[in-house]
Amino acid sequence: MTDTTAGPTTGAPTHPAPGSTPCTTSDATSAPTPDSAADAATAAAGPEGPDPLLALTDLQVSYATRRGVVHAVRGASLTVPAGRTVALVGESGSGKSSAGLAVLGLLPDGTGPVRGSIRLAGRELVGLPDRVLRGIRGREIGFIPQDPRASLNPVQRVGTQVAEVLRIHRLSRGRAETERRVRELLGEAGLPDPGRTAEQFPHELSGGMCQRVLIAIALAGRPRLLIADEPTSALDVTVQRRILDHLAEVTRQAGTGLLLITHDLAVAAERADLVAVMSQGRIVETGPSADVIGAPRHPYTRELVAAAPSLTAPPAAATAPAAGPLLTVENLRRVFRARPAPAGRREAASPAGRGRITAVDGVSFTLARGGSLGIVGESGSGKSTLANLLLRLDRPDAGRIVLDGVDLATVPPARLRRLRRNIQPVFQDSYGSLDPAFTVAEAIAEPLRAFGVRKRARAERVAELLDLVRLPAATAGRRPAELSGGQRQRVSIARALALTPRLLVLDEPVSALDVSVQARILTLLAELRAELGLGYVFISHDLAVIRQVCDLVLVMRRGRAVEQGRVTEVFARPQHPYTRELLAAVPGRPPTPARSLT
Amino acid sequence: MTRYVLVRLGNGLFVLWAALTVSFMVLHLVPGDAVTVMLRGRGGEGSSVDPAAADALRAQLGLDRPLYAQYLDFVWGAVRLDFGTSFATGDEVSAVLGRSLPPTLELAAAALLLTLVAGVAAAVTASLLPSAPLRSAVWSVTVAGGAVPSFWTGIILLQVFSFRLGWFPAFGEGDLSRLVLPAFALALPGIGTLTQVLGRSLRTALADPYVRTARAKGASRLRATTVHALRNAAIPAMTLFGMMVGGIVAGAVITETVFSRPGLGTLTAKAIDTHDFPVIRALVFLVGALYVLINLAVDLVYPKVDPRIVLRSA
Repeated sequence: MTDTTAGPTTGAPTHPAPGSTPCTTSDATSAPTPDSAADAATAAAGPEGPDPLLALTDLQVSYATRRGVVHAVRGASLTVPAGRTVALVGESGSGKSSAGLAVLGLLPDGTGPVRGSIRLAGRELVGLPDRVLRGIRGREIGFIPQDPRASLNPVQRVGTQVAEVLRIHRLSRGRAETERRVRELLGEAGLPDPGRTAEQFPHELSGGMCQRVLIAIALAGRPRLLIADEPTSALDVTVQRRILDHLAEVTRQAGTGLLLITHDLAVAAERADLVAVMSQGRIVETGPSADVIGAPRHPYTRELVAAAPSLTAPPAAATAPAAGPLLTVENLRRVFRARPAPAGRREAASPAGRGRITAVDGVSFTLARGGSLGIVGESGSGKSTLANLLLRLDRPDAGRIVLDGVDLATVPPARLRRLRRNIQPVFQDSYGSLDPAFTVAEAIAEPLRAFGVRKRARAERVAELLDLVRLPAATAGRRPAELSGGQRQRVSIARALALTPRLLVLDEPVSALDVSVQARILTLLAELRAELGLGYVFISHDLAVIRQVCDLVLVMRRGRAVEQGRVTEVFARPQHPYTRELLAAVPGRPPTPARSLT
Repeated sequence: MTRYVLVRLGNGLFVLWAALTVSFMVLHLVPGDAVTVMLRGRGGEGSSVDPAAADALRAQLGLDRPLYAQYLDFVWGAVRLDFGTSFATGDEVSAVLGRSLPPTLELAAAALLLTLVAGVAAAVTASLLPSAPLRSAVWSVTVAGGAVPSFWTGIILLQVFSFRLGWFPAFGEGDLSRLVLPAFALALPGIGTLTQVLGRSLRTALADPYVRTARAKGASRLRATTVHALRNAAIPAMTLFGMMVGGIVAGAVITETVFSRPGLGTLTAKAIDTHDFPVIRALVFLVGALYVLINLAVDLVYPKVDPRIVLRSA
């Protein structure tokens, strides 16, 4: 077996000596300077200091894969003081989730032995048998996972799943008491009707409600430590804000320590007392949130901070005022017949018509040639249905989609097929939207072949397109599985550009990417728009991303366009209450000094 | 729900009709003649058949009438569940089936129970094994179990446990000890297949995030597997199990012959041998009806196992 690393080393990661504790027990209320933090670190590491709630020392985790051993965590040291929130920030593959799972002793099969030390209130966890760890999990350490829907057992009632913690740890006696405790816990987690929710199945609840159930499960054993692995990444911003507010509230009340694992610097800045930045399996920088994110010292942290899209960054270039219309959409409407939505699914924004859901309800807008329109809204608002209608992958029930003077809504199929070259899609899931059996060259050439371009001309065009999306020519022979997420999304963009379309419809094109990769793709999109005079319809739940790429914005809610206008104006002076709510929910307004914890 | 069941039963009737029609056609296409077989049987091997006697018998059995008339008669009979009398014995077909059904039901029930218990136990055990080489060893055994034909297993079981060790009686029916070997021989291929299918979906389910949630609650591996993953992994295994019920009668033909047990299996073999059309048709009807009903039952159980499944007649 060869010894490979997870990737090229960026920056100069420091390797903390065993025993050092970069995150400290210092009093965050006094907003300590880096120096005082360092002093506190020495104090905490000393034998006379009280044991911190959680202390990782020189933690090492490695996985055996087919290509060799991957060192996911290489000597990470971290402290979570009792009752404090520590954010562990890093990009995918940085080892942050592995570190969290190592604490729980739930690393997947194929993981080598964990080395280093994990102390929970002074007790060494590394090397303990599963039998003993079982008594700690759920009782002393609660875990809030990433994907709320998938993390609940789909075939069990929600109440049973909460009750399981109480049963395993014998925390309640008898059925009646268990049921009462379950209702209490669900109520504490912020579910409005705990009695009914307990009887429901996960698929009958919204994502936000599922995450609240998972919070109830994590808190059921009254643990001293919570580990939350990207607890809100799968949720809408407004839901994210409510969940994080609630989590802050319950941890504060119960004095629970929280290790918040996140890729989102803004969330870390806003929610954590202390931040530890992880890269390549090492912790490169730690300290109070305001210091680390406000004045990053390590080059990697600086890069992360710079890449994070924000609402204060310079906005996208405006369209030339004289440009004629490229796309005019009038009163677009799409109605789905559906089974009645499960009762109690209130957080999901699906307007409950009688077996009918109006997914897109009278949307109108005009996009000038070379213009870029952002469509924002939360899940269920009809964004993706609108995208499918614009691409004419779906048929509108009413309304017009006029592209260059031709109404795509009524054009006959044969003509529509020819017109498709003018309007091309880029989807969120670059892995799912590329055929795994096709090479990059074949994937990019496919639309050309569909439009009868000859083989030699195709090869030339593929080379040209790879160059356009800044991919090396050698990429042509590779397959999707061999590429990174960012490279795959570049291939998707190249494929969309193959037929020289006038309009790209991009449905959450950067949502699955790490911030630094996301930033590079957004830059590419901005450059392509300028170089090729392309028009964009850019769908995103992320307002900061929209600001960076679009000059116009349309806010959707329950199928309707509740507000539209120039990005700069709408974001600065939102008119509709929903737009205001969306903007207020965006985490990471300028970081404030560490908040009071009392 | 009621509508769904009615539609499914309607579909089932169509399936039965199709099965009966095909079997009717096939029986008239195969070489050999029931009457000749019957007359030879009476006169002994090699005896010549008197053409006059043959015609008389043919008329008596209604085999001289045009094919379409025979077909209509047969369908009308099937609607009334009246399959006539056996060519071979002259007994009412329903009485013949009535005699053969109980021992086969006993055998099938024992075999299916064994399949279910052993299959689930093997799949769960295999998923819980700590080392990868051990797991793959178990998988290889199950592949072998699924691949070995049941007549071979039957003969080996007889050799070892009846003739050598004398633990179980070799032949016949009656007490429970006579059921063990044939049931095992009949169940073995099913156990192998069920273990593989269930084991595979268990492995997929065990990688699902909710299993990690369960483990984070403090659940043991066993609990996470049996309480959480198993029910989520059950659907493909249930489909397979429903199909096995239909196949069990086919398996019984061989097993009952090897172990000389009376039952539907031996009856089927004999009826085909003697071109006993009424008995064969009744058997086709019985097995077909069983298959339709079992599959409907399995489909009705799906939503109980997974609440996300909604039954819709499409």
